[in-house]
Amino acid sequence: MPVLETDLDLRSSSAMDNRSAMLRRLDELTEALEQARAGGGDKYVTRHHARGKLLARERIELLLDRDAPFLELSPLAAWGTDHSVGAGVVTGIGVVEGVTCMVIANDPTVRGGAVNPYSLKKTQRAGEIARTNRLPMINLVESGGADLPAQAEIFIPGGGVFRDLTRLSAAGIPTIAVVFGNATAGGAYVPGMSDYTIFVRDRAKVFLAGPPLVKMATGEDTDDESLGGAQMHATRSGLADFLAEDERDGIRLARACVARLNRGSALPGMSPPPKYDPEDLLAIPSADLRVPFDPREILARVLDGSEFDEFKPAYGTALCTGWGRIHGYPIGVLANARGILFSQEAQKAAQFIQLANSSRTPLLFLQNTTGYMVGADYEQAGIIKHGALMINAVANSTVPHLTVNIGASYGAGNYGMCGRAYDPRFLFTWPNAKSAVMGPAQLAGVLSIVARQAAEAKGRPYDEEQDAQMRAMVEHKIDKESAALFLSGRLYDDGVIDPRDTRTVLGFCLAVVQADTAVVQSDSERAGYGVFRM
Amino acid sequence: MIKRLLVANRGEIARRIFATCRAIGVETVAVYSNADADSPHVAEADFAVNLPGNAASATYLRGDLIVAAALRAGADAVHPGYGFLSENADFAQAVVDARLTWVGPPPKAIALMGSKLEAKALLAEAGVNMLPSHTDPDEVDVFPVLVKASAGGGGRGMRVVRDRESLAEAVASARREAASAFGDGTVFCERYVEGARHIEVQVLADGFGNVVTLGERECSIQRRHQKIVEETPSPAVTPTLREELCAAAVIAAQAVGYVGAGTVEFLLSPSGEFYFLEMNTRLQVEHPVTECVVGVDLVRLQLLVAEGDALPFDGPPPLRGHAIEARLYAEDPASAWAPSTGTLHRFAIPGVSHAFGPLPVPGLRLDSGVGDGSVVGVHYDPMLAKLIAWGPSRAEAARLLSTALAHARIHGLKTNRDLLVRVLRHPSFLAGTIDTGFLDTHPEVFAPLLAGVDATRLSCLAAALAGSAQRSAASSLPSGWRNVPSAPQRVAFEGPTGCLEVSYRLDRSGALAEWSVRPVDRDEAGLPGAAGGASPHDHPPAAIVSAAPDRVVLDVSGIRLSYAIHRVDGVSYVDSSEGSVTLTELPRFPARSAEASAGSLVAPLPGAVTRVLVVPGQRVSAGDLLLTLEAMKLEHAVHAPAGGIVADLRVGPGSQVETGTLLAVLNPD
Repeated sequence: MPVLETDLDLRSSSAMDNRSAMLRRLDELTEALEQARAGGGDKYVTRHHARGKLLARERIELLLDRDAPFLELSPLAAWGTDHSVGAGVVTGIGVVEGVTCMVIANDPTVRGGAVNPYSLKKTQRAGEIARTNRLPMINLVESGGADLPAQAEIFIPGGGVFRDLTRLSAAGIPTIAVVFGNATAGGAYVPGMSDYTIFVRDRAKVFLAGPPLVKMATGEDTDDESLGGAQMHATRSGLADFLAEDERDGIRLARACVARLNRGSALPGMSPPPKYDPEDLLAIPSADLRVPFDPREILARVLDGSEFDEFKPAYGTALCTGWGRIHGYPIGVLANARGILFSQEAQKAAQFIQLANSSRTPLLFLQNTTGYMVGADYEQAGIIKHGALMINAVANSTVPHLTVNIGASYGAGNYGMCGRAYDPRFLFTWPNAKSAVMGPAQLAGVLSIVARQAAEAKGRPYDEEQDAQMRAMVEHKIDKESAALFLSGRLYDDGVIDPRDTRTVLGFCLAVVQADTAVVQSDSERAGYGVFRM
Repeated sequence: MIKRLLVANRGEIARRIFATCRAIGVETVAVYSNADADSPHVAEADFAVNLPGNAASATYLRGDLIVAAALRAGADAVHPGYGFLSENADFAQAVVDARLTWVGPPPKAIALMGSKLEAKALLAEAGVNMLPSHTDPDEVDVFPVLVKASAGGGGRGMRVVRDRESLAEAVASARREAASAFGDGTVFCERYVEGARHIEVQVLADGFGNVVTLGERECSIQRRHQKIVEETPSPAVTPTLREELCAAAVIAAQAVGYVGAGTVEFLLSPSGEFYFLEMNTRLQVEHPVTECVVGVDLVRLQLLVAEGDALPFDGPPPLRGHAIEARLYAEDPASAWAPSTGTLHRFAIPGVSHAFGPLPVPGLRLDSGVGDGSVVGVHYDPMLAKLIAWGPSRAEAARLLSTALAHARIHGLKTNRDLLVRVLRHPSFLAGTIDTGFLDTHPEVFAPLLAGVDATRLSCLAAALAGSAQRSAASSLPSGWRNVPSAPQRVAFEGPTGCLEVSYRLDRSGALAEWSVRPVDRDEAGLPGAAGGASPHDHPPAAIVSAAPDRVVLDVSGIRLSYAIHRVDGVSYVDSSEGSVTLTELPRFPARSAEASAGSLVAPLPGAVTRVLVVPGQRVSAGDLLLTLEAMKLEHAVHAPAGGIVADLRVGPGSQVETGTLLAVLNPD
């Protein structure tokens, strides 16, 4: 296979500028992740440890196989909102007893692990990934339930969490809940709907209503242990399948459950690394998004052995398509080469996507597009028709899609290049990337033109000073709302990643999506219900 | 001429004798107990005969079986090696009576020298210097004295007594031990000389009356009267003294009509006088040092004399350079020399150029009875091997021997290796100022070789990284990769100084991003949380050069260090140029559920109590039957889940119980 060449000169001023710009973005990312890791802050972390409890990430670290990778998902959920970064829950894909699993852990240091709209969205996204990739799900539960001030936004949609759990079970995807503390009211249905439940002695508290509510409802005087203690559930109600002596014992039991699931491992095997240093990836994306860059320089640092077979290299050259491998998995790549998508590019993409479907090869979209070409000539040549062709192919393609936004993702280009709405199995963003209906300057300019036209139509004079102010404000707002951290905070991707981790992230994701093709069971073989808890 | 030789022994000495046999074309016959069926000495022999059983008394000490084995296997000669029947005159006689060639002195000489009391009396008459001794403890007038068994050797039954009050008890216990070990309870009290050295002379005699001496050996480094480091020449012996010692040794050999190889042992007092102790009528364990400096094969000479030939010497041969032998034992010096048994997973000593025979040029010789995978049991002497260094000077020999021992890979058993290295490197040893009390006066030699906090930490880190490399070997994803790094990987080991937890985190390129090694409580080992894993400031900066499951190379403050890791069932043996350490990985998830269920015993189902077999206050062991229940015509037994005391009994025969009814309370041990 042809090996990609590189033209990168690390000593050039543009490379050095690009690199320093990227390092600034990475500093912001590191800071944001630091906030996510800090959970509820020192005070609550100290209190939690003082109670002899482990933090959400500590529980996960103990659960995972030693030295196996863990891909945390949506770590920046709720960034830029009033809620804590990370949204009080940690989700991710890791390896437990050699089995790749989805792990969801409440962070009890953040408002007692209470669920807010972002935690709900994050949890549901994790559930969706588990379902589409058939990953066993392990819930590490300690949550006070709904964040009451936000109940209006979460109560009704929140029921979907329990629905999804039992649907996983019905689909033959195992679900395991380890209860470390509170799981009351609605939260009680997390263990309630799980295939396997493990309750930690003297810690788990699982009931529909606590002593005060019971007193109000029926007048009965009772206590936490009688209503929902681990011992009670293990010996009387049967809600707990296993009684753990402490947190570590609970995690041991969860691992033991996974070991008996009769599932194999799906980590990538050995493969040749790229020929070029992934460190260079920091110097390739342009510091100024308006300057396009060659995605082959990226592919040369992501694909196995830097090998890439380009398809239709001389046709529709603003979109690069071709075949390669990542960590041994075959992949078809669509990467924007010069921002704009023309008719040729759209047709080339549609053909390429069909070829990948024909050979059941997963697709990787590297987004760096300002959208489909505009203008009278292009409209007349059928740019909408051709764009629709591409969007049709993307929307109805049935092979797994992985999307990475490595620069810009504007306009309908976001759709054609498999943006969030087109359900890629995974979507990650580089810290430099932006996404919006259009660029901030263009959007402000459009608003300005429209306002000027309205003023003219009404015969009023146009206030240029006010216009300049408006344009600056809009540009600033749009710029902020297009940024990677902001969009990640709203769960429009599965995480912002360090460009140097791209190959690892994609390899891990390909292992996850491949696992599904290996283990698909037809619906007719399965019972129509989740496992009934007895 | 001997055609086929049976060696009535096992381990390294059997292999040693076989090696000479192979070199001169004599066929070999091994005998072996059941436990030794897979031993190297059996594999190396041309023929092998089983001695059923394991105890020495049922196997290697059964002269009748061994003579029968020799006849059955068509052997025409028997070599006894050392120990076992080597100094048993009856056995020697039985061999001779079976018309087999006995490779050893005449039975009469063995018998004479076998009784230390008789030997002393005989040689005193011949004019050899003796320490005063008494068979009647009441006659002892000067203390301290050494209580010794008249029969036997190897330090068994010996006791130093410093005052009259403890003498009677010491004599009584020495008698008991001698009676049980040698079948002869005769003991005597000999003047004990403080600070004395053990010097012995190798003699060879043929049937024509020729007696030659092959220099002396010093064996002053002893543990409990058992030699562990031996050398020749002795730094304490001047040419004049050597002449005197050798002359005395010749007198001793001639006095008993000695034929073959033997050793005359002397005690050298700090003031320079020497006294006859005893004569060993066999090949000595430490014979290789003499072979090095004299340049002879003592076993070959033994066979030559046994075949009736004359010795090929006109006089004492010249001595060349210096040789030191160290005996490696499977025993723990730090735990009162407790023997260590089990599987020797690896036994490799670097730089060995020769085995089981004289070294052609200065270097290292290894005489070992074991190899990788050997099982060391409880039945026999725990000596694994002898390592011998021959060099131009004493200092060079000591350096070669200590370095080879320090770099040896000995896995699976506790050994005295570290102690040997510390002795060989000790300034007093190197200065030649040694005596038989060396280990008592230099307790510092008992310290483990791998000293220093950093050396231990780095060995632990290497073991952890080797484990990580093993677990990550199948995938090309970076080991322990995280997009949101939160905590390092943790592995806890039980090491020589307690529980140690290693934390390490690799970055995306496989470089060591952080690490620490800290002592932890066993309960907290491996648990993330309060303690954190950040690199403490006192850790030396370390970088990974390479990491594989069996070898980790680190760059520590600019110095490259290589660690060999051998892992067997969760135990990592880490060897490096800084020393060796054995690390047992602690389970990541200690089982908790079972232990906690001890205590209150509740009825597993509804029914009636039919029998109660315990009373409150009774001690029970795990699994003991406590009571029985009858339900639905079936009897259900309730057993003790753990050992303990029955603290409370809530039911009696006939009691009706429901599921969950408390039957008894057990206070676990």
